[in-house]
Amino acid sequence: MANANEPAISVTGLVKSFGDVRALDGVDLYVPPGSVLGLLGPNGAGKTTAVRVLTTLLKPDAGTVLVTGLDVVRDAAELRGRIGLAGQYAAVDENLTGLENLVMVGRLYGERRAWAKRRGQELLERFDLVEAADRPVKTYSGGMRRRLDLAAALVARPPVLFLDEPTTGLDPRSRLEVWATIEGLVAEGTTVLLTTQYLDEADRLADLIAVIDRGRVIAEGTPDELKDRVGGERLEVHLADASAVATAVRALAPMSDEPPVADGETIRLPVTQRSGTIVEAVRRLDDAGVAVDDLGLRRPTLDDVFLALTGHAAEAADDEEEKAA
Amino acid sequence: MSRLVSDTLVIAERNLIRLPRAPDLLIAFTVQPVMFVLLFVYVFGGAISTPGYEYVDFLIPGIIVQNIAFGGFVTALGLNEDLHKGLIDRFRSLPMARPAVLAGRTLSDVVTNFLSVVVLLVTGLIIGFSFHASVPEVVAGLALLILFGYAFSWVFALLGLLVSSPESANSVGFLAVFPLTFISSAFVPVDSMPAGLQWFAEINPFTIVVNAMRALWLGAPAGNDVWGAVVWSLVILGVFAPLAVARYRRTAGQ
Repeated sequence: MANANEPAISVTGLVKSFGDVRALDGVDLYVPPGSVLGLLGPNGAGKTTAVRVLTTLLKPDAGTVLVTGLDVVRDAAELRGRIGLAGQYAAVDENLTGLENLVMVGRLYGERRAWAKRRGQELLERFDLVEAADRPVKTYSGGMRRRLDLAAALVARPPVLFLDEPTTGLDPRSRLEVWATIEGLVAEGTTVLLTTQYLDEADRLADLIAVIDRGRVIAEGTPDELKDRVGGERLEVHLADASAVATAVRALAPMSDEPPVADGETIRLPVTQRSGTIVEAVRRLDDAGVAVDDLGLRRPTLDDVFLALTGHAAEAADDEEEKAA
Repeated sequence: MSRLVSDTLVIAERNLIRLPRAPDLLIAFTVQPVMFVLLFVYVFGGAISTPGYEYVDFLIPGIIVQNIAFGGFVTALGLNEDLHKGLIDRFRSLPMARPAVLAGRTLSDVVTNFLSVVVLLVTGLIIGFSFHASVPEVVAGLALLILFGYAFSWVFALLGLLVSSPESANSVGFLAVFPLTFISSAFVPVDSMPAGLQWFAEINPFTIVVNAMRALWLGAPAGNDVWGAVVWSLVILGVFAPLAVARYRRTAGQ
């Protein structure tokens, strides 16, 4: 199967509709082996639908979807043995213990009970769940459940792992734990496709990001490439007093080709070079008699990227409509 | 095929492991029927005339059949919960035999149904029920109960996949099964009912199964009831198992 040059995931022209809604409207994605693709987009953008198609849970309406060279429709049965899926709902059985869950999954991969048990213990150790191994999952914390879910996805050592919003709803400490685990897997050569609406998560984990909105990929590239697309560095000035904004904007305007943008007490303007910028800004503001609270240079975040690309912020409140379908 | 069998066993084992850990269901399906037996025998029984039988003898086969039909609720509720909690997605992403999720569910019902039959029989024996039958007839009666219960589990499997929540599985299932079991020969002789109900009760498969049980356990005249009950069970199984599997595959594909 996959040689080194063959993408671990290759999606061409993927279309999937639910009734009149085109959840995916011609999506192309390529993920080289051993890398992490972050699928970024607001709720309802089609991220979950894409993962469901890639993991054989949904049949595409059109397009070619290959994972490790296997077609998700034609070779679905064989492909299921080579992928792991961990979802945002932590699909483990609450009334089974951690070990029982993993043994069940192992046996459903067609393995013998003894093998499944050994593998389960190995994974519990790796995910720091040994002490909770014989406790029903309903006694686990959210972070522990998510780790167990991840462990369940890894039972068969899949070369490709799909993580659908792996840290949604987790507290900050648990998020860090899950991130560290994912980084460990990638270091071992696992290819990961993860969906997220947290831009810091994509920034930290993903080698490549595809921004998806209304069922289409509207931008892709490395996190740095995407940030460069919305422009270079920006000067950000926080004024002590909002009434001085007009004066400050006038004072700063000559520093950039583009006009400064004011937002409350904050003024932002794109700048082309780092050196001397801060000193010049301080001098100009001082000459204009404007009191400054704080100022600095800021690289665009993925939030800026997202806002610039989609015209709205990443974390919309509405539920994914495809979930209901 | 061997994968279907082994995956079915894995799922059935999982369902049985978890049952005592969420004991509310288990209690509902054992304590409640015992309460019904006591209510019918001691509260209503005196007012119900069952020529040729003590009421407790008349009632026990009927109430066991009713109870075993309700046994499938465990499947309906369990499947619906699995759908909502994402476990079905997990199963569907695994290289396992697709129908095993349903077959494992209904298979574990066989075990719980058997348990509830034992509980009801013991209760019955304590309050005066007695077999008027040979050992093979008693065993044949048990086998018929298990078969009928298994067939009905597939009805509930379909129900569990169709409804939007465990709560609606509960109310829809109750609305459908409750009248079916009451407008039958389970609790009162059919000829005590008004004509319209009598007509329905006589063709109701529950009546046929209950009569078959009375034939096997009490030596009542059998007629074609025993074979009728077996045929009804197989027809229910033959219709609802494929429907449930088709529905599962479709739920799966959306």
